[in-house]
Amino acid sequence: MLLEVEGLCVNYGHIEAIRDITFGVEEGSITTLIGANGAGKTTTLKTISGLRKVREGRILFEGKDITHLPPYERVLLGLSQSPEGRGCFPGMTVRENLDMGAYVRKDARSKAYAQDLERVFHLFPRLEERVSQTAGTMSGGEQQMLAIGRALMAKPRLILLDEPSMGLAPKFIQQIFSIIGEINEQGTTVLLVEQNAAQALKRADTAHILETGEIVRSGTGAELAGDDSVRAAYLGGDV
Amino acid sequence: MSKTPSVKGITSSFGSRVAGLPKPAKIGMWIALAVFAYALPLLEPPFISPPGTDFGGVLFTVTIYMLVALGLNIVVGYAGLLDLGYVGFYAVGAYTAAILTTFHANWPLLLALPFAVLASTVSGILLGAPTLRVRGDYLAIVTLGFGEIIRLVALNTEWLGASKGINDIARPPGVELFEIPHLNWDSGTPLLDFNDTTTFIEFGVLDQIPYYWMGLTVVIIVLFADKLIKDSRVGRAWEATREDEDVAELMGVPTFRFKLLAFATGAFIGGLAGALYASRQSFINPLSFLLLFSIMFLAAVVIGGQGNRWGVLVGAFLVAYLPERFREFTDFRVLVFGAALMLLAIFRPEGLLPPRRTVRAKQAAAEIEALEEGADGEETSRV
Repeated sequence: MLLEVEGLCVNYGHIEAIRDITFGVEEGSITTLIGANGAGKTTTLKTISGLRKVREGRILFEGKDITHLPPYERVLLGLSQSPEGRGCFPGMTVRENLDMGAYVRKDARSKAYAQDLERVFHLFPRLEERVSQTAGTMSGGEQQMLAIGRALMAKPRLILLDEPSMGLAPKFIQQIFSIIGEINEQGTTVLLVEQNAAQALKRADTAHILETGEIVRSGTGAELAGDDSVRAAYLGGDV
Repeated sequence: MSKTPSVKGITSSFGSRVAGLPKPAKIGMWIALAVFAYALPLLEPPFISPPGTDFGGVLFTVTIYMLVALGLNIVVGYAGLLDLGYVGFYAVGAYTAAILTTFHANWPLLLALPFAVLASTVSGILLGAPTLRVRGDYLAIVTLGFGEIIRLVALNTEWLGASKGINDIARPPGVELFEIPHLNWDSGTPLLDFNDTTTFIEFGVLDQIPYYWMGLTVVIIVLFADKLIKDSRVGRAWEATREDEDVAELMGVPTFRFKLLAFATGAFIGGLAGALYASRQSFINPLSFLLLFSIMFLAAVVIGGQGNRWGVLVGAFLVAYLPERFREFTDFRVLVFGAALMLLAIFRPEGLLPPRRTVRAKQAAAEIEALEEGADGEETSRV
């Protein structure tokens, strides 16, 4: 297991946001957490990346306990998150955003760096066209691409994607999921949080369904996609 | 509102024209500007030179404001931390220099200066370490309190001179090399006036021009350091932290450490300014460090354009110079200053010389607004 989450509990004040969450992410896989708004998906992701404090439980990355590491040290270990919504630095250009993604690397003029930039531009040709545009002036979809591209610039072992399809037009949803598949095939493990259950389950090796802060179902993507109760609750009864 | 784009057009076209010059021409231009700045008090240009006050003294005050503005700009403009008690660091620098060079120790100023700067930097770290965990408005209130605490401690501590203050603060060491004549414009044409000279370089009571030269030199050094820091990884970390602290953490930026570094750097420069100010005044008391000064310092940064080092220099110049130049309007000065601030807030809310990113962000907002006003379907097709 690349990532193991054991009995995780997180509170906002007195309110329990997530309760006793346990799951793992296999190296090289796509794992997805699906669920309705407020189910605790984003909280789980933010806790894994270190932005939220753990009340109980622990998080292991490559067997190492990272429960109490600050976020920036987790990035150094190879954990990189693309935040929810328009998570770019709005006043910076596309290039400056991508450079920030590589902040922990100290090889800004190296060949490897240029190759990684090339790889991001290959995945998202739109970003290359707009390389000197201010991120805040781009559409929601373009900003989403930028956030994912920026997370890749850290050369992560595990990339955490928070609702990459949020606010996108339907034809781009398809596109962004195929790019996620491509990123995974290139060797990056993916932990994906989504409301778009149909697409997420189609791509995922393993899936977990969150309801009010707890995991209520787990299985392979195909299993859950084929399950009648899941279809009724999350897939509008028809895939 | 029609005025706004034209002003912006002028500044940006000037900027691009300067940027387009070949490198030797650029360096030459900067040297010419520096020479002019050094010579300004000797030239005593009519109208610009304030009547009835010592021009050198006024210009020294301007350089102190410039230093303070550069320091505060790092905290407010680069790292995005609202500091309403910056005068506290200025006071720590001034009092440390005062104590060490007077009856308590009698050190020479140059020996006391590093300790003054060290003391203010340490005070910045001590204030920042517990308070930088709070964000936004809370930080503003805590820093406001800090500024007042420093002043009240000085006011109530006999050892710090209490309300009487501290006298006879040491001046910088001088070497009397030669005399430089001023220009005299009384006859309508500029003439060299050998009865009115400045000694290079003697830090006296009457002639304050050497203080101005010292202040200007420090400003230039700080400007260079500021550029180096801003263009480094540290500068990028500050920018990311200001734009979105959580996302900056996700990029691997230890934001707390960088905020503390911004605070310490700002305090360093503020303390340096305070120590130089104390040396020129040769006398300080708690009235030199009122809350009003924090507000004036912040006004200099905001008027000039927070985040742009040239902008805050312009802001510092305006805030320090205009009240001296128009001293004859006495009570109306504050009224005019207030009115000018309000006009600025209406017509140039991002300051006179906003940094590039602010201009860009404003364009972004305008573009998005234009899109939203257009057909709703248009935005989705643009994705």
